[in-house]
Amino acid sequence: MIGSDNSKPLLEVENLKVTFSTRRGLVEAVRGVSLSLQPGEMLGLVGESGSGKSVTGFAITHLLDKAGRIADGAIRFKGQDITRAGGADLRSLHGAAMSMIFQNPRAALNPIRTIGQQVADAILAHRRLSRQEAQAEALNLLKAVQIRDPERRMSAYPHELSGGMCQRVMIAIAISCSPQLLIADEPTTGLDVTTQKVVMDLLAKIAAERGMATILITHDLGLAARYCARVVVMEQGRLVEEAAPLTLFHRPQHPYTKRLVAASPTATSRIEDLVPDGDGIPLIEVTELPPPPHGTPLLLDVKNIVKRFDDGTIGVADFSMTMRGGESVGLVGESGSGKSTTSRMICRLLDPSEGEILFDGQSIGGIPARDFHRSELRKDIQIVFQDPNDSLNPRYTAFDCIAHPLYRLMNMRSGDTMRQRVEECAERVGLPRELLSRFPHQLSGGQKARVGIARAIACKPRLLVLDEPTAALDVSVQAVVLQLLNKLRREDNLAFLFVSHDLNVVRMMCDRTIVLRTGAIVEQGESRALFANPQTDYTRELVDAVPHIAPPMALQVCTV
Amino acid sequence: MSTIETSSTLRHTAFVLRGNPVTAIAAALALLLALMAIFAPWLAPYDPIASEVSAALQPPSAAHWFGTDQLGRDVLSRLIVASRLDLTIAVTAVAVSFALGSIVGALCGYAGGRLDKAVGRFVDVLMAFPLFVLAMAMVAALGNRVENIVIATAIINLPFYIRFARAEVNIRRNLGWVEAARACGESHVAVVLRFLLPNVLPAMAVQMSLNLGWAILNAAGLSFIGLGVKPPTPEWGIMVAEGARFISTGRWWLVAFPGLALMSAVLCFNLLGDGLRDILDPRMRT
Amino acid sequence: MGTIGATLLRAGRRFVSSLPALFGVLVFTFLLMRVLPGDPAVFFASGPNAGKEEIEVIRRQLGLDKPLPNQLVIYLTDVARGNLGRSMMTGQAVAKDLKERLPASLELTLTALLIALVSAVPLGVIAALRPGSLVDHGVRLFCSLGVCVPTFVSGLLLIYVFYYLFGLAPDPTGRIDIFASLPPQRTGFLIIDFLLAGDVEGWWAAARQLMLPAVTMALFVIAPLARITRASMLVSLGSDFVRTARSVGLSWWRIVVTYALRNAILPVITIAGIVFSTMLGANVLVEKVFSWPGVASYALDALLVSDYAPVQGFVLLMATIFVIVNLLVDVLYGIADPRATVA
Repeated sequence: MIGSDNSKPLLEVENLKVTFSTRRGLVEAVRGVSLSLQPGEMLGLVGESGSGKSVTGFAITHLLDKAGRIADGAIRFKGQDITRAGGADLRSLHGAAMSMIFQNPRAALNPIRTIGQQVADAILAHRRLSRQEAQAEALNLLKAVQIRDPERRMSAYPHELSGGMCQRVMIAIAISCSPQLLIADEPTTGLDVTTQKVVMDLLAKIAAERGMATILITHDLGLAARYCARVVVMEQGRLVEEAAPLTLFHRPQHPYTKRLVAASPTATSRIEDLVPDGDGIPLIEVTELPPPPHGTPLLLDVKNIVKRFDDGTIGVADFSMTMRGGESVGLVGESGSGKSTTSRMICRLLDPSEGEILFDGQSIGGIPARDFHRSELRKDIQIVFQDPNDSLNPRYTAFDCIAHPLYRLMNMRSGDTMRQRVEECAERVGLPRELLSRFPHQLSGGQKARVGIARAIACKPRLLVLDEPTAALDVSVQAVVLQLLNKLRREDNLAFLFVSHDLNVVRMMCDRTIVLRTGAIVEQGESRALFANPQTDYTRELVDAVPHIAPPMALQVCTV
Repeated sequence: MSTIETSSTLRHTAFVLRGNPVTAIAAALALLLALMAIFAPWLAPYDPIASEVSAALQPPSAAHWFGTDQLGRDVLSRLIVASRLDLTIAVTAVAVSFALGSIVGALCGYAGGRLDKAVGRFVDVLMAFPLFVLAMAMVAALGNRVENIVIATAIINLPFYIRFARAEVNIRRNLGWVEAARACGESHVAVVLRFLLPNVLPAMAVQMSLNLGWAILNAAGLSFIGLGVKPPTPEWGIMVAEGARFISTGRWWLVAFPGLALMSAVLCFNLLGDGLRDILDPRMRT
Repeated sequence: MGTIGATLLRAGRRFVSSLPALFGVLVFTFLLMRVLPGDPAVFFASGPNAGKEEIEVIRRQLGLDKPLPNQLVIYLTDVARGNLGRSMMTGQAVAKDLKERLPASLELTLTALLIALVSAVPLGVIAALRPGSLVDHGVRLFCSLGVCVPTFVSGLLLIYVFYYLFGLAPDPTGRIDIFASLPPQRTGFLIIDFLLAGDVEGWWAAARQLMLPAVTMALFVIAPLARITRASMLVSLGSDFVRTARSVGLSWWRIVVTYALRNAILPVITIAGIVFSTMLGANVLVEKVFSWPGVASYALDALLVSDYAPVQGFVLLMATIFVIVNLLVDVLYGIADPRATVA
């Protein structure tokens, strides 16, 4: 435990239980959580989706939806019981004593009120000032959160600001009446890595300057490790472990924490480390592939492709790359870098405006995307999509999804061969046979991801394009899926074009990496070398911004 | 696979109906209306057209439950027989505009470009008219006949289906499973007709049910102002129009009963539409 | 200043972008005229008994012997000059007839709109503030029933109850008792003209006459308006930014009105155009039920005697009003929502 035990805690939560009434009766989201927080401390509350971490935060601030209710337990703020606080008591707590910042900052701001007015509203909620004084104060706050050109931004609307800027405004609103406790619920999820770092640094600095205690709710162990002195891990509504980050990462006690720590990719972890006890799929022998013999023809040769959209914007400007059979190449970039557009052009779902794409020596760039479904090569280039929720037809069962390419591209008609093949694919991706008759909404995120992968490999393609295949998954599921992909790749000698914003994942999965920015290649090279020793400022910035699991001190030890 | 889907849909429907009695009642009422329309000639106690001047303008009684009109015709009998015409007009009009609108809209939403722009302009022009007035003008222009009421009602419904299908397809065209279908070797046309349309249909069915109610109101409104249906044909709108002359003298039954018939038909389709929304949403299936 | 400029710019652009639709409306009405049964030349002749030669002359004058595109040009020029043809029924120019009757229709429609807005928005807000309460169920029941009753039926039933049963309402025909003296015409809106003339008794008579038809028409649109207000208010109250407002301890009033309601009103503005379209349609029915001397009953009377020029003029007028209303709605939306970009 860090922090002196003799000082009185700012916040004490005792055996907190929260229930939600749903169509299927009461659901217990938080099942007895106890924690305490010292003034000025930053506590990390970490867990995967459904762990109850956000619900805990909302229960503390009394911002649960109507369906949610604190069923049991006590919340004490500065020694005062606020568990059942309501009405005026709550109003004087909100903003003045504790406030909150949220995920998705743009939605958290009123879209039709100016930034200045909204900050001033928050100030006027607790302080007797005139509108002008409040506006002046608001301007100071915008300066404090380092908003560029704050005078002009005062009259801007949220939609005119970037996500990172909106989150800064949100921080300004939250700290406007100097609360002693700030709860940050996934404050940087959805922001680009570089923005993420800037916003978190700012948040940490402000909290430190003002002596504000902070609870950082996040799914990202690395993020919590970087900024918090103490981390609490939650699973299924329960608190499973509490420790300083170093202890937590080097000597996790609880089995869940062990799994979670292992599954979180770090700057040095390898695919095989992610799931130590081979949860779900049998562990596979990982052997380094021998380099392809000299003279093997290129599998993919992309020459100077350009994509101009109808409205004149340029999505991709002059992109070239080559790939050999069985090779794995990462395509990395922040949002708007053109990585998805590029991958769509390569798998022939989108037409390039200029340039040439050769697959196995054959020109395929010239075949319009509209007609490519008839090409012999359609089954050789397949794709796995980002969000598993969107990537399966809601009216198809898992079986239908996997059978679809077999039916269209291999001309297999329903029958025993088809059934056998589908079941074989399902088995290869670790999808239990009895799930095949289910519809997508009856499957979990990880199961949907497996169906998507089974569909893509059903026709034994030679090139698999993976568009952020694990971005929407929890880390523990991501770990399993990454391992699975790696296994399949080695078994079938598949070539991977791996599109991702997550540098750690790309480093593990790919032999080579290409860094994209605003549609152009910034840097490319062998993955390990590229991340260990980036040549351009932009890549260095990207690499630095990645929160690593090991806290700063340990990081130094590692790199030495 | 389809057997699995059907049985799970049935089970889900039963589940939703149990939890939502209003929809069950609406569905039962809709069925009742349909049966009434089909068996109208056998259900009507009197001849709906035969007049008997001696029994004119009688209030509801045991012999004439809903009273008689100015020519002594039985209001109940006319009401029952009228359901045929009213429902036929509404159902035909909605079916036509649904079939046409959903396909055109889906193609526009998927393809975009010139076709989309041209159709968009056409829809804009239609929508620039107050729709009832447009229907009125069309019936006047095309000729004062029942077929033209159907055509006019279908045309004023068209913009909604086109826009609706267009929007629904447009938000889905770039979803993973649509692109996946193409990666599985489907052509654009197949993607629209076999993948996008079936996914959009549930939402369209809701719209269709709600539109049926609206179509009934429109058709009745047109015949109320003297377009389309001619006396002595029994039709709810025209019955109200004929009864309107006697309302100031307190003959309420001439207006109230056909009005009630109109209202319950529209209400039943509206409630059914709301209920369908719940049933057809596959995400709520368990 | 900047916002006013932007609004004007928006209005201008929006007007320009509605021109194609307006042109489409003209072409459409022209085409309707061409399919209409009967010979347009006959309408413009001195009377139904005009001689063959006279009709021939008129036909040539009107250019009806020319090909269709030329006729379209002639039609457009006529419309631009305000020439909508002549009514057989009244023997006057259609444009003049319409102009005389338009205030009656507008007075009715605008009063109804006012009644509808004033009752629907609070109803929707109250229902949304207490979802699942008795008030909420009441509002929802009212909304469900409201959209189902045709205007002509509700109008007639209101007459039965308030005129026949209780005798509270005056004789449901026309805007004012035919023997009453009219105020000097300034706006054409009776309740305003009476007020300007200082004639309280006349004003009361006109207002009583207006009440039933206006309520009838309002009833039909209260339901959709209240329904959308309730729905969008619920979305608004459950939104992230209202949660933010709560998290910093803003007052109840500020949360509900400044944060929730102002956002919730946006969808209401968007559907106001459609609601107005419904009202212009309902206008036809209500004017018939209450023998209201407006443009719609004029067109209906003409329709029944196969006098088509007034019908076309009416359709064109309605479409023009509707285009203008949509323009207004759009400009209003632009003011209410800073996110709205100039299309």
